[in-house]
Amino acid sequence: MLKGRHLIEPRDFDVQELDRLFALAQRVEEDEAYLRDSCRGRILATLFFEPSTRTRLSFEAAMMRLGGSCVGFAEPGSSSTAKGESLADTVRTVGCYADMIAMRSPKEGAALLASRYSTVPVVNAGDGGHHHPTQTLTDLHTIRSLRGSVAGLTIGFCGDLKFGRTVHSLVKGLSLYPGNRMVFISPPELRVPEYLTRDLLSRDGGEYMETDTLEDVIGDLDVLYVTRVQKERFFNEEDYVRLKDSYVLTKEKLRRAKESLIIMHPLPRVNEIAMEVDADPRAAYFRQAKYGMYIRMALIASILGAA
Amino acid sequence: MLNITKIQNGIVIDHIHAGQGLKIFNWLGLGAAPYTVAFVVNAESVRMGLKDIIKIDNEIALDLAVLGLLDPDITVNIIQHGDITRKISLALPERVENVLICRNPRCITATEQYAPHIFHLSDAAMGLYRCEYCDEMRGAGDFR
Repeated sequence: MLKGRHLIEPRDFDVQELDRLFALAQRVEEDEAYLRDSCRGRILATLFFEPSTRTRLSFEAAMMRLGGSCVGFAEPGSSSTAKGESLADTVRTVGCYADMIAMRSPKEGAALLASRYSTVPVVNAGDGGHHHPTQTLTDLHTIRSLRGSVAGLTIGFCGDLKFGRTVHSLVKGLSLYPGNRMVFISPPELRVPEYLTRDLLSRDGGEYMETDTLEDVIGDLDVLYVTRVQKERFFNEEDYVRLKDSYVLTKEKLRRAKESLIIMHPLPRVNEIAMEVDADPRAAYFRQAKYGMYIRMALIASILGAA
Repeated sequence: MLNITKIQNGIVIDHIHAGQGLKIFNWLGLGAAPYTVAFVVNAESVRMGLKDIIKIDNEIALDLAVLGLLDPDITVNIIQHGDITRKISLALPERVENVLICRNPRCITATEQYAPHIFHLSDAAMGLYRCEYCDEMRGAGDFR
């Protein structure tokens, strides 16, 4: 049962709970009337201490499709944080108005800290370069929908693996399922953090490899997860400029890839996937955005006890 | 060879790695203690070669988690009526709160000052701890 639960990191839910969510999201996709109005009279607070368009709109669209309402702010300048209010006080206050909180913060661990003080469920909508569990739900649901399973796959992660929270969360999510092999493709400066390889993959016996050449491994992949090099995660402009164009996926590079490959991206894209790739049937990133709304509908309804 | 009188009721902190004793002595605030304290450095040890020892002629509260973080090989002997009544072997604690401090500027603890700094043991062999909030790793040695 997910009713009343927080979602801070992907491993907060077990495989059975995830599978129930995916089944629910699939049912919503197949029958848009299903769950409609199930959250009428309920309020979701979207607290975005860091600007976001896609995730916030996805949450709000999901809640509205469930018949509920949304309150919140889209940047810290319009919140009490600008006046010096603590995060603890903000969530305790918002909990008086809303039934559930979805929050994004540039600070790692912000959602975890908020959940310790909140009287209503908190969903982490991204905490710095750390976790983004609802994107993980989106990604797992996309893979499940398009590949039929989230186990026994070779998944390539390409781009900024150091600061890319969607990558960190998806690695954790995929490691819940057996037989997945992960291939990390990045320049040495943007390698996946040590805590993931040390704690998660090594300890749990997960198979992984690291490389800096996409062309060498693209033919092995069932899923290619491309991420943007995020300017906002760098303290140093020079490092960003040097690394931002490390990888660009083109039609030419895809020649070596499997026909069954699916290409994913958490969006927004800058130039790491050439627009010519959009027409390739293997490009799944816009479908991925729609799966994101369905899975958030399933999540909100489940946490609010409406599904 | 030095001989130090047995204590009647108190604590002996034994098997401290040679050179670590002063940090523990200072951390326990023993320099200002109103009771007898013996601090031995470079005592001969069959097991360790050299070791430091602290004898405290008083029953004081010890945070064994922090002591374990300072030196996980320490043995704490509880003395009552001149006899050892309990031997406690320390190890690296599984969880420490407000002992190790997270230095990650992106961590929520960097801005929310009331948030406790909580670390969990991640790799005992390497003495590595993981911040509960941001997963940043810190070594037990960072506290020492």
